[in-house]
Amino acid sequence: MSQLLSEFNRPELLQIVALTLRVTGAALLLATALGVPVGAFLGLVRFRGQRLITLSLYTGMGLPPVVVGLFVYLALSRSGPLGALGWLFTPAAMIVAQAIIAFPLVAGLTMSAVAGVDHAMRQQVFALGASRWQGAWTVLLEARVGVTAAIVAAFGGIISEVGAVMLVGGNIEGQTRVLTTAIVLYTRQGDFAMAMALGVTLIAVAFGANVLLLRLQGRLRDQ
Amino acid sequence: MTTDATLYRLESIQHRYAERIVLDIERLDIRRGETLAVIGPSGSGKSTLLRLLQFLERPTAGRLWFDGRAIEAEPPLDVRRRVTTVFQRPLVLSRSVRANLTYGLRVRGVKERPREIDHLLVALGLAHLSHTPARTLSGGETQRVSFGRALAFNPDVLLLDEPTANLDPRNVRLVEELIRERQSQGVTVVLATHQIFQARRLAHRAALLLDGQIVEVAPTAQLTDHPADPRTRAFLTGDMIY
Repeated sequence: MSQLLSEFNRPELLQIVALTLRVTGAALLLATALGVPVGAFLGLVRFRGQRLITLSLYTGMGLPPVVVGLFVYLALSRSGPLGALGWLFTPAAMIVAQAIIAFPLVAGLTMSAVAGVDHAMRQQVFALGASRWQGAWTVLLEARVGVTAAIVAAFGGIISEVGAVMLVGGNIEGQTRVLTTAIVLYTRQGDFAMAMALGVTLIAVAFGANVLLLRLQGRLRDQ
Repeated sequence: MTTDATLYRLESIQHRYAERIVLDIERLDIRRGETLAVIGPSGSGKSTLLRLLQFLERPTAGRLWFDGRAIEAEPPLDVRRRVTTVFQRPLVLSRSVRANLTYGLRVRGVKERPREIDHLLVALGLAHLSHTPARTLSGGETQRVSFGRALAFNPDVLLLDEPTANLDPRNVRLVEELIRERQSQGVTVVLATHQIFQARRLAHRAALLLDGQIVEVAPTAQLTDHPADPRTRAFLTGDMIY
């Protein structure tokens, strides 16, 4: 136990946690910025081909992260279409991969939340004088608890993900090593105390972030 | 064209859901500043008529005029904002009672006049619930919030779909007093109801709607006391089977 506690004092731990939060935070922000409007649109509007898009989103929600990592790897590799960016084995590549994993979760669950708002509510806000944009915004706000749940689910999905970040980040010490990839490395090296310390830290970070998001959700619900 | 006294004109209006004709009105004028009660049994097309008047749906056939303008596509926002509806099934926003009342003002970019909102809260018996989440209210309170929300931005036209259905007699009186206040300010009111006595208390004219068709339109007292059509008489006496 004392050996486990002493692992928390290792200087690289803080660096790994900081990078994990930076990568996951940026990916979540990106996925939220794109996924919430897309999900809201899909939940509000009916058009031809919508079922296909919905089906694609639902399939995307179950995409194996390692497959996403593979696609991003191929796209960013030197001979890939985005190779010129030079992002492979950098945090930017990890952010892109995690954002791709999170996007269908945010968009799909936002769509369900928005579509779940009573259709009569749209008529009511329309009758109260809301423009189309104001009406859409109001419906999105009505679905805010579900939208927050979508963001929480996406956060949980990407912070614990290892396959994609390992492939596109490369687990380079001090540069692209995050909590999950570090756990894999230290376990392989037989440094179980450090792996355990990282595991406990990962759970604590995930728990803390979820507490924050759920407090926000509770506050939104009470409004 | 419509005359100055006519606010709405419905000409050869037909409205269908799939193949079912739910509204078939040859001609109906609603005058500026009047209160028209649309009475009829459940399913007769009252709510559909109000949705057309609110521009929420476009009639399948025929012409709808509003204030001299033929409504063919979605009307401009400033036209649409002159009309509001209190729906039969009131849904409130997941916000406080006060925020619900000021919603119509906010979407119009009108600065809230706190004293007017306070006055409305008091008039509706909701002053003590001002900061309460509206979703936690009882059915009657919710209906009053829905009613107050429609009054807060002073619309030209009030479309009321069974506005007192969930209310006890005291609150019915309270809401009716507010309707009378708006009538005195020249607001045009269309009241869909199956309460004959409410129609008599509030409406200048009444129209009986049966199976989507207007059977008779007349001053309310005349329609209720001396109906011209035997179907009106049968509806009023409760002898109608539908």
